[in-house]
Amino acid sequence: MSDIPNELRYCRTHEWVSSAEDGVVTVGITDHAQDQLGDLVFVELPEIGDPFEAEAECAVIESVKAASDIYCPVAGEITEVNEALMDSPELVNDDPYGDGWLFRIAITDEADLDSLLDADGYQEVLDA
Amino acid sequence: MPFIPHTEEDLREMLAAIGVPDIEALFDEIPATLRCGKLIRLPQAISEMEVTGLMSARARQDGAPVCFVGAGAYDHHIPAAVWQLASRGEFYTAYTPYQAEASQGTLQVLYEFQSMMAALTGMEVSNASLYDGATALAEAVLMAVRANRKSRSRRILVPRTLHPAYRRVVQAMVGKQNIELVELPFDPAGGHTDPAALAAFEGQDITALVIPQPNYFGVLEEVDLLTDWAHANKTLAIAVVNPVALALLHPPGSWGEEGADISCGEGQPLGAPLSSGGPYLGFICCRQKLVRQMPGRIVGRTRDLDGKIGYTLTLQAREQHIRRSKATSNICTNQGLMATAATIHLALLGSEGLERVAAACHANARSLVQKLTALEGVEPLFNRPTFHEQVLCLPVPADDVLRQLSAQDLLGGLNLSRDYPELGNAILVCATEKRTELEMDDFQRKLRAILTC
Amino acid sequence: MLIYQHSRSGRRATAQAPLQTADLSAIPKRFRRQQRAELPEVSEMQAVRHYTRLSQQNFSIDTQFYPLGSCTMKYNPRGCNSLAMLPEFLARHPEAPADHSQGFMACLYELQEILKEVTGMQAVSLSPAAGAQGEFAGVAMIRAYHDARGDKARSEILVPDAAHGTNPASAVMCGYRVRETPSGADGDVDIEALRRLVGPQTAGIMLTNPSTLGVFDRNIEAIATLMHEAGGLLYYDGANLNAILGKVRPGDMGFDVIHVNLHKTFATPHGGGGPGAGPVGVSERLQPYLPVPMVAREGEHYHWLTEESCPESIGRLSTFAGNAGVLLRAYIYARMLGGEGMERVAEYATLNANYMLKRLTDAGFDAAYPERRATHEFILTLQRQAKELGVNTMDFAKRLLDYGFHAPTTYFPLQVPECLLIEPTETESREELDGFIEALCRIKQEAEEHPEQVTGAPYNLPVKRLDDVRAARELDLVWRPDNN
Repeated sequence: MSDIPNELRYCRTHEWVSSAEDGVVTVGITDHAQDQLGDLVFVELPEIGDPFEAEAECAVIESVKAASDIYCPVAGEITEVNEALMDSPELVNDDPYGDGWLFRIAITDEADLDSLLDADGYQEVLDA
Repeated sequence: MPFIPHTEEDLREMLAAIGVPDIEALFDEIPATLRCGKLIRLPQAISEMEVTGLMSARARQDGAPVCFVGAGAYDHHIPAAVWQLASRGEFYTAYTPYQAEASQGTLQVLYEFQSMMAALTGMEVSNASLYDGATALAEAVLMAVRANRKSRSRRILVPRTLHPAYRRVVQAMVGKQNIELVELPFDPAGGHTDPAALAAFEGQDITALVIPQPNYFGVLEEVDLLTDWAHANKTLAIAVVNPVALALLHPPGSWGEEGADISCGEGQPLGAPLSSGGPYLGFICCRQKLVRQMPGRIVGRTRDLDGKIGYTLTLQAREQHIRRSKATSNICTNQGLMATAATIHLALLGSEGLERVAAACHANARSLVQKLTALEGVEPLFNRPTFHEQVLCLPVPADDVLRQLSAQDLLGGLNLSRDYPELGNAILVCATEKRTELEMDDFQRKLRAILTC
Repeated sequence: MLIYQHSRSGRRATAQAPLQTADLSAIPKRFRRQQRAELPEVSEMQAVRHYTRLSQQNFSIDTQFYPLGSCTMKYNPRGCNSLAMLPEFLARHPEAPADHSQGFMACLYELQEILKEVTGMQAVSLSPAAGAQGEFAGVAMIRAYHDARGDKARSEILVPDAAHGTNPASAVMCGYRVRETPSGADGDVDIEALRRLVGPQTAGIMLTNPSTLGVFDRNIEAIATLMHEAGGLLYYDGANLNAILGKVRPGDMGFDVIHVNLHKTFATPHGGGGPGAGPVGVSERLQPYLPVPMVAREGEHYHWLTEESCPESIGRLSTFAGNAGVLLRAYIYARMLGGEGMERVAEYATLNANYMLKRLTDAGFDAAYPERRATHEFILTLQRQAKELGVNTMDFAKRLLDYGFHAPTTYFPLQVPECLLIEPTETESREELDGFIEALCRIKQEAEEHPEQVTGAPYNLPVKRLDDVRAARELDLVWRPDNN
């Protein structure tokens, strides 16, 4: 069973989103996603200030056997990226909801958050 | 049945095991309407003995004229050990080292190849080969477009002193991705790209500048100035280099203040026979920070379960078999055997040996030019330093002269009128370390006879 | 040990280099290298031993059964090698004039004709250097065709989910967007799903038939009709041509453009990753766009077709004429086989694959498509073993190496879980196949009784299982004196 914290929102494409603080949310990938990918070897992050539409490709994570696009869960502008992943991509494997976060984004429209899945909804996606 | 080992008994028993009456039954899922008849237009099978006769006759028909042509393919001596080793079945008949533990030979050779190419070019990393020099440049251009995030223009400056076939190949390979190749003129006196000509592009958004060294005319370019111009203009510098010349010349990794960003070229001079243009060996090297934009196979050194050193393909998430439509390139099969030959070639020569080869080429080319320009009406066209090739101007149309030389078993250079009509009766001549005084004197004698008759 | 680690400063093996160092005064100092490149300094014998020993750490066709699916690792006849390496062929400069090239050009011309006949296409260009470059050439010709008709709305290439990764990558290099078409449960293209994807935006479809799922697509005529009616063209990836040589021709199936992998079907050596050759063949409407150069014949004289004679060509894909030495080997092979020999290739490749499939499923392995005939290759899925025993496909593959067999292709195609794609080729004897079958059965037994014996494999090779995560995280791509 993979870990799906109740306080987060989720995408079908296996990203998680924190609740907004001053209009900024944190984004990462789920425990299930990191488990499927296996040991991560590289994370390509967006640049601070980059604008993205919801569902646009905004980052890439690589394991030895796969490379996966990360889709931006909400429209907005990147305010911060997790620099620690440059040297230690394994943080995503070890702590996907904590030290393994990917980036923070200033949301254009906070209502976007309502269209995301809650923990139960994401669990259903995994069970399907 | 050539190369098929089955006996009548094997066939009978295997069909019985499968439970079909004959081999034909195994093709029963192919719609009958599609089946073709006998391939009647194919020649009848011939034995190895007969095909030996045929091929030997055809080889003799072509002969082996003395070669003063270079133009991207160079007639160097290849140490005997190179192909005796590279032709060993274990190298020759293996494939891409997908099962690393069963391919340590190939993988270690490729790691050594990467090390040697990085050392020669003065760059940080190398891949494990591309098809040839021209396609390596096309890949370098695509790589530059991905890597130069400050540039949006997808405009590449390509000097007219770059090999014409390279320019055509790059156009064919990148032209469908909205990349624009902008031609840079050359200095008519020097035969080089005048750095001052770049002023016209100052401040414009240019993705990359291609810098050949030596250039197609054999002339040395002002690589430091060109590289520095590129970097001052937020443009990436792509070096196209001859690996033998690099034994003598400043390596691209230290051109200008910061060095070239990507270096590529034709590895044929390192152990590949002329062989009608292929198989040759494309190489590409770059800065470490661009390595994830690199096309093709890359080998890395790692450890096994016991901590023992071993080698494996790495950074595969860039490649087509994983990344599919988003891969850095479509290349799969590369030129592994030619990279193996190049590695052995470089190991045997070492840097001093390679330097002697390069120096002998340079000296022979100078000596050849001296002998030929001693003839009435034969003039060097450009006045700048060269490596082992030079453009000469003839007093009469080049085609006719070259045809007469060829009829006397001597390839006297390449006619440049097709690609550079503005140069008149110009030919590009080359002398590698293999050309002897005797052969050069003979060239002079034959040319004199043709020009004076 | 690396060759660099045999190196001692001042050691020389330069019997092969010119003796004298020459006068370099004509090269001004600013162009000159300041420091010699870091290359090894070893004796000739050290180099020979080093590379001989390295070669012994490889599996190869010459030493092992190498059933790598979709790669056609058949025997590489030595006659092809030695004749392609006759001194005159090796010494021929690519710019040699036609009067010193008629023998060479005759071989190329005849190879073009042979490939036309076996593929059922109208014209052939030999120049692409490998399969992927053949794909690029093919898709570029499809684009040139639509562009020439002013049909600019076609922006998509369809690619089955089971296709080689080169297919989508090549389409993108030609400026197309890629749409994936799903395979049905029986392994054939899902034609209803395809129907929904095809439209005025479709430039073409890239298909391998037999597909990489190891089955012949029985709907190929319907697919061809569907595509052509929508104005799209069909591209044939020749990776699996070995299965149908002399039985059915891509041209007869309705394909407009194809490539052939000579290093697969025409037995040229794989060289540890290349060189290959990927000639392309086309139907009449694509003929003007073929890549240059090609060889033409006028009476008894051969000449080159270049940019000047083919103004609508997609252009040149290598500096000279592609991998000429590979083309000569393929030509010699084709001459030794003749028409009848080519049919035998498909027959015995298919016999070997079906024999293995039958015996392995009898022994308790699961076929991915149990209702289907094998072509020249077939897929086993080890999903059951992975789930029940915790021994996956990679473990089986590594353990096979211990038994002296190269592993089949693993984890490809992507949509078959835990898959082994097995291609024996026609040149393997029944004894060899039986040995491989026996080894797989023994590994299955090991997996059932002592799974750790399989998951810890290999044991008998120069190295144990390698840490590829470490290789990618701590990149070490180049030896340096300070990186020993």
